[in-house]
Amino acid sequence: MAQEVRTTGEYWRWTESRWNDPDIDWRKAKTITAGVDVGSVSSQAVIMVDGKIFATGNMRTGSSSPDSALNVTNWALEGTGMKIEDIHYTVGTGYGRVNVPFAQKAITEIACHARGANWIYGPTVRTLLDMGGQDCKAIHCDEKGKVINFLMNDKCAAGTGRGMEVFADLLAVPITKIGEVSFQIDEEPPAVNSTCVVFAKTEATGLLRAGWPKEKVIAAYCSAMAHRVAELLERIGVEKDFVITGGISKNIGVVKRLEKELGIETLKTDFDVQLAGAVGAALFAQALLKKHRSAA
Amino acid sequence: MIAHYGYKDASGEYFIILDTEKCDGCGACVDACRWGVLEVGVDPNNPFHEEPIVLVTEEHRNKLKYSCAQCKPVSDRPPLPCVSACPNGALSHSW
Ligand code: SF4
Ligand code: SF4
Repeated sequence: MAQEVRTTGEYWRWTESRWNDPDIDWRKAKTITAGVDVGSVSSQAVIMVDGKIFATGNMRTGSSSPDSALNVTNWALEGTGMKIEDIHYTVGTGYGRVNVPFAQKAITEIACHARGANWIYGPTVRTLLDMGGQDCKAIHCDEKGKVINFLMNDKCAAGTGRGMEVFADLLAVPITKIGEVSFQIDEEPPAVNSTCVVFAKTEATGLLRAGWPKEKVIAAYCSAMAHRVAELLERIGVEKDFVITGGISKNIGVVKRLEKELGIETLKTDFDVQLAGAVGAALFAQALLKKHRSAA
Repeated sequence: MIAHYGYKDASGEYFIILDTEKCDGCGACVDACRWGVLEVGVDPNNPFHEEPIVLVTEEHRNKLKYSCAQCKPVSDRPPLPCVSACPNGALSHSW
């Protein structure tokens, strides 16, 4: 396994990463498919060879969606000898899904996250919460990963990755440490009132001025975010097994507080769940390629 | 699939709820809606479903409270044009 990680000194920056499986001889493959998830904050590419993950990439989305799609896919493929032209079928997903220049089809992240979560966690997943860069979605799915019910919060960037980035920067705490730091407190503070990016910033600045330690402000913000999402989940309810995908799933400060409020634990995995949408897209690409080939 | 389009904010929950299994894409609700909130299109959430269904337009998804306000006077509550137009009972509103 070849793994590479990029780090920088900027607080809002999370770790970009790539991975590939050198034991797979892709030149002998019958099917090579890709899923490319271009989100508002991060982009992921997953390349599958005969249904197995061959390469992955996860990086920040640039100012142009088509470039981000190309960059993240090329980054995933770097050093493998495979080129984008070698991929038989690509599905684009996420916010920038129609801007994946080499994709044959675009599918929403709702369908792709459900399919991806089913693959990552197995068929027991019934509820998933995708906490992405700019919105938040609650999805119920069946044992095949097919969407039964979904709710998308289209309104506000609040309980999201972008909000967390702004917050990390403001408090000068690396975003990957926010979760941990939020538990370095003696007792749980009341949640801040708003999780809106703009208001939270003002509110946090006020609390810091009032003498609150950083850790306490972070704890209050994490619980506000957890609370807001829990409220959103009320409408469709939470059935076991419950999982969280997307960038915020890596923030234990939010995840643990949400589990507590809902009284239900999330399934855990070592797999990078920020890749869920891209995995689902690559799986759809495989199914569509088969359909395509049998029709031809 | 049950699709919830809309949002929740401090003032309430504003979702248009569609049962995609019941919707046949006839477009009667689209014609009944004078404000352009609804449209018929391919289901972007189900790659294997090729028949058209009704969708809430991107433009209106994050302002339904205001978009649908004309149909929802505070005093009396007449039936909603979109909901009454649907022959299959596929549409409902959360507020
Ligand atoms: S309530 Fe009125 S404005 Fe809203 S979708 Fe129905 S017909 Fe259109
Ligand atoms: S009227 Fe009913 S069945 Fe026809 S498009 Fe609208 S929701 Fe679908």
